[in-house]
Amino acid sequence: MSAEMPVQGVPQGVPQGVPFLPMVRTLGLISLVCGFAVTLAYQWTKPYVEENQRVTTERAVLAVLPQAVTQKAFVLGERGVAPAAADSPAEDVVYVGFDAAGKVVGIAARGASRGYADLVHIMFSYDPACECINALKVTKMNETPGLGDTVLRDPSFKRNFEALDARVNAEGTALANRIVTVKHGTKREAWQIDAISGSTVTSKAIGRGLDQSAQRLVPRIRRHLAELERAGP
Amino acid sequence: MSLSSKEEPLTLDTFVRGIWKENPVFVTVLGMCPTLAVTNSATNALSMGAATLFVLLCSNVLVSMLRKSIPKQVRIAAYIVVIASFVTVVDYAIQAISLQVYEALGAFIQLIVVNCIILGRAEAYASRQTVLNTAVNSVGTGIGFTLALLCLGVVRELLGAGTLFGARILPEQFQPWVLMLLPAGGFFVLAGWLLLIDWMNIRKERRALEQQGATVHGQ
Repeated sequence: MSAEMPVQGVPQGVPQGVPFLPMVRTLGLISLVCGFAVTLAYQWTKPYVEENQRVTTERAVLAVLPQAVTQKAFVLGERGVAPAAADSPAEDVVYVGFDAAGKVVGIAARGASRGYADLVHIMFSYDPACECINALKVTKMNETPGLGDTVLRDPSFKRNFEALDARVNAEGTALANRIVTVKHGTKREAWQIDAISGSTVTSKAIGRGLDQSAQRLVPRIRRHLAELERAGP
Repeated sequence: MSLSSKEEPLTLDTFVRGIWKENPVFVTVLGMCPTLAVTNSATNALSMGAATLFVLLCSNVLVSMLRKSIPKQVRIAAYIVVIASFVTVVDYAIQAISLQVYEALGAFIQLIVVNCIILGRAEAYASRQTVLNTAVNSVGTGIGFTLALLCLGVVRELLGAGTLFGARILPEQFQPWVLMLLPAGGFFVLAGWLLLIDWMNIRKERRALEQQGATVHGQ
């Protein structure tokens, strides 16, 4: 038989002498066993992973809304308010905190922006009474230890978020003033964030993430505040 | 079919060699990416070591079970599929156990797939040895890897943060060496451990030679 002629039962392109059927059989068996193991692990761990995510979110919400006894997630879409589902777009979700009497004590939302090493994820709370952002927590980041991570500890940086101006404009479409991070020691306005010297990139990432999320959600919160208050815990 | 090689008897050395004589980090210097990247804390080091031990054990046992039916032409593809599946399983398991640890280890959990310790053991040992031998050897190698990561993680966390497994050990007055938590710190600590182990081995060899010499002179 010439080298060019295909062997019966062996597809063209497979070198002669290679056991075709045993290869397919073995790889098929391995794929079957591995596929079964992966599916089983996914099904078994799914409820635990979801519970971990729920607990992590709840802790972050309660960290920025310490007066809240309970919290509930809603989607603030263009059409109105709806309870959040697992597949709801994360950028439209807000967490409403309620006290023991069922009264709204604040509204928390997520934000994220690129820092020095990776995305810096934040959770902040908005107080409708003062129209300001009154707490912020960094929920996830991989910034340089000793430099970027000082945003987690620096008390003067934390003071930026005690009453950060987040009023909406006259049309109710966006914030009246963009939230911006300014160089350390140059903060003049209530909507500015005083950066940490030596941690400017991370400070700016927090300011950017906060501004993007607040520009999107705060006008909607103002529009649907009555509905959120009526929704109850 | 599988690579032909003589099966070795099961001895204590089958277990111990991966911990000391053939330690994957300090002797064969394999798996350097996770070794340097995730050992900035003892918790991360222990979690990565445990995850690698699980994947090493499960994948190598499966490879050993199938060693006579895996054609040599597709053995690497088969090993990678097996290893990747167990890495996916361990990825889900860590998410279920602790999201904090999962986020700290980041992409290095998925990168266990290409950890040369596991593929190396599958090719050099599991594909030639019995299931029992493979299981014992994999556990030994996994423990050796975990201990090596812990050696780095403990020193880096102590010097870089003054804590151990998150609990404060050094006094508040201690100024942390932040460098130890950075990648450069990983290289420094690894170099220190390699130096120490090399020095111990050289000293042991010198003593053995001295004893040999004394015996010859004494004759």
